Amino acid sequence: MTTVLQDPPAPLPDDTPLVADRPATRRRVGFGIATIVLGLITLVAFGLGSESGLDATFVFSRASDAVQIPDLTIPARWTGIVLGLVIIAGGILLALGVLGDRIYLVFGVALALFIVALLAWAARGADVSIIGLLDGTLFRATPLALGAFAGLLCERAGVVNIAIEGMLLTAAFVAALTASAADNTWVGLGGGIAAGALLGAFLGVLSIKYQVDQIIGGTVINIFALGITSYLGARVLSEYPDLNQPGAFRAFGIPGLERLPLVGPLLFDNTIYVFLMFALVIGLWWALFRTRWGLRVRAVGEHPRAADTVGINVLRTRYRSVMLGGAIAGLGGTWFTLDATGSFNENMTAGKGFIALAALIFGRWHPVGAFVAALVFAFSEELQTRLALLDTPIPSDFLLMTPYIVTIIVVAGLVGRSRAPAADGEPYVVE
Amino acid sequence: MSTATVDATGPASDGGTNTGVGARLAALANGLIIPVLALLTALVVGGLVIVFSDPDTLDEWGSFFGDPLGALEASWDIVYDSYRALWNSSLGSSRGLSRTLVEATPLALAGLSVAFAFRAGLFNIGAAGQIVIGATCAGWVGFTFDLPTAVHLPLAVLAGFAGGAAWGGIAGVLKARTGAHEVITTIMLNYISYRLLDYALRSDAFQPAGRDDLISKPVADSARLPEVSFGEITVHAGVFVALVAAVGVWYLLERTTVGFSLRSVGANPNAARYAGMSVAAMYVLAMLLAGGLAGLAGTMNILGRPSFSLTGGYYSFIGFDAIAVALLGRANPGGVLGAAFLFGVLRAGSTGMQAATSTPVDIIVVIQALIILFVAAPALVRSIYRIKAGRGTSQNFTTSWGA
Repeated sequence: MTTVLQDPPAPLPDDTPLVADRPATRRRVGFGIATIVLGLITLVAFGLGSESGLDATFVFSRASDAVQIPDLTIPARWTGIVLGLVIIAGGILLALGVLGDRIYLVFGVALALFIVALLAWAARGADVSIIGLLDGTLFRATPLALGAFAGLLCERAGVVNIAIEGMLLTAAFVAALTASAADNTWVGLGGGIAAGALLGAFLGVLSIKYQVDQIIGGTVINIFALGITSYLGARVLSEYPDLNQPGAFRAFGIPGLERLPLVGPLLFDNTIYVFLMFALVIGLWWALFRTRWGLRVRAVGEHPRAADTVGINVLRTRYRSVMLGGAIAGLGGTWFTLDATGSFNENMTAGKGFIALAALIFGRWHPVGAFVAALVFAFSEELQTRLALLDTPIPSDFLLMTPYIVTIIVVAGLVGRSRAPAADGEPYVVE
Repeated sequence: MSTATVDATGPASDGGTNTGVGARLAALANGLIIPVLALLTALVVGGLVIVFSDPDTLDEWGSFFGDPLGALEASWDIVYDSYRALWNSSLGSSRGLSRTLVEATPLALAGLSVAFAFRAGLFNIGAAGQIVIGATCAGWVGFTFDLPTAVHLPLAVLAGFAGGAAWGGIAGVLKARTGAHEVITTIMLNYISYRLLDYALRSDAFQPAGRDDLISKPVADSARLPEVSFGEITVHAGVFVALVAAVGVWYLLERTTVGFSLRSVGANPNAARYAGMSVAAMYVLAMLLAGGLAGLAGTMNILGRPSFSLTGGYYSFIGFDAIAVALLGRANPGGVLGAAFLFGVLRAGSTGMQAATSTPVDIIVVIQALIILFVAAPALVRSIYRIKAGRGTSQNFTTSWGA
């Protein structure tokens, strides 16, 4: 029963694999053409189609920063033309195979240049704050990264966690309630973490003890979380509004480091959430890949039978990981009420838990990867709000779609090449 | 890499050795035990939620030690009043029953959508988005053109089906070609569909002259579903569309070669591929048809009742109720119809309940989540009621990442 087939039996009636993996050449040419199209859009929309004579100013420092970095002023039209031509050239070279197999590097650089041209075009005749853009990205990345870390711990131990969304929402609600009742944000933080851990334990009982289909178990938690928070929101919070005034954590600077140019205000002057996110990236990487505990968690997620054979308690390890994951999701959930808005609103997580799940897959089930993926998604969200402020002719409804479209593209483009833990989603029966 | 199994004890799976009428009835009863107990347990837990969130009842509990009977009485009263109001405005009157049937119609169609995808091993959380796109297409045809009913109505229904099918098909193609898991792509497509609808509702093609809120023109009379009356019960023709769709889905799944391939892919994609079936084609087909069914659900809403105008996020919640309907109906068409009727009762009754007892309608979502929980975890129900595990086969409902 534990036999592993090294090779699939040779002649298949149908040669296409279950999940089609496009041949390397077609993939390269495909991305090359996509890059050329991106370049053409840049050239035409942001370059040739733009009014001449307008400058765009990129701002790198706030007035309050200790060290001021001079602004960068560039002609918007020429930026679009030059960058468009560069992207087109890169696409042609990629399609012809001159650049080898560095598909993602080339496409990534092209995308970055596209965004620079887009910003220059959107800010023509005005200025755009790069520091604000990056700061907003870190801010928005927090719930996504924490949600992805929660999924990471569960799935590395072999339990699919599609309930991140429900955990975030429940924790946001509990945090608002407990922080308001105690008039202390730290109590809210603890309450939200406890709520997340409790839901994690519930997911554990469903998937480990009762062996419920894990995707359905997660969906139950998501629907239940939406229903109960909406119900109690209507029943309790709207009747007692002072139970929905939790207050918010303030940003604070790390003495010395906060005075560094650019990185100081960006990395070392934040709320507790951003610092905890940094700590968790490093901490989780170290714990999962450099400690005995991490090896056991991963063993349970990759090959539970083997882990069981060498004396690891598979079920207990899974329970602990799922609860710890739930606690991290709970921490992420409190961000919505104790940092972002300062009060609870119905369905306020609005799909962030699923974007976190996509970040986990995009980040290949690795803490650093998941963090970078969360930054990418957060950047697309932040860019969208900045563009909405800059009064571009793109309808706001389409700008609001961007994070979701980016998620689909990422999941579609990478899931085939991103490998989940081998026993992810499989219940384990002790013999 | 398939996930855990869901118990599918039921008349369909329990044939084989028992052929007598008595044995069949026993099997049917056996299959109904879990859903019935699930419903009962959900209503009890839902009652507890009602009790412990009602400010007046909580006050009574505050003086529990002074007057324990008073607290129990108040609790009983609020639950009794809530559920009684729910009964009266759903099954207890002919008006209520009419509304129940109309509410059940899109639930049945969307439930069939989710159930159909389940049978092919796909989890369609995207019924919400497919409903929105379907309703948008049907509504647009309904209020833009001026045609005779014989042409206009079928055209609008067809547009709704096609819109939903296209939206579902995107997820199917992505799954088949790139392996992107349908759970993530359909959820993202849901959010995109809400934004698309918002955009459409801001455009001149949709907005009635002189309005600037998010509402569309009403569907023309020639594209509205005809009303049908049986005595005091009045429903629209969409009820029959749902019944026909259920028979169609049953026939396709159980009596055709394509249906056999779909179920084979759902049961074990590797085995299906080794048997020469195209897994990718089945994924695309399953999502196209599932999307089309959900599109019809939105269509029945916009061309029938309760609303002839599109609004922001148009009835997308039906897509989430549909998951519960499909699970409760054990992903088979007859079961889905029964479950949809039950949820129609909850939906139709919840508004009357809120009016009579100020218990918010969201309690329905809580009850539904509890029903899915208990249906998806039969072991949980068995351990609550100490029932021994019955015979029966189990069935895979979803697949994990990458499979």
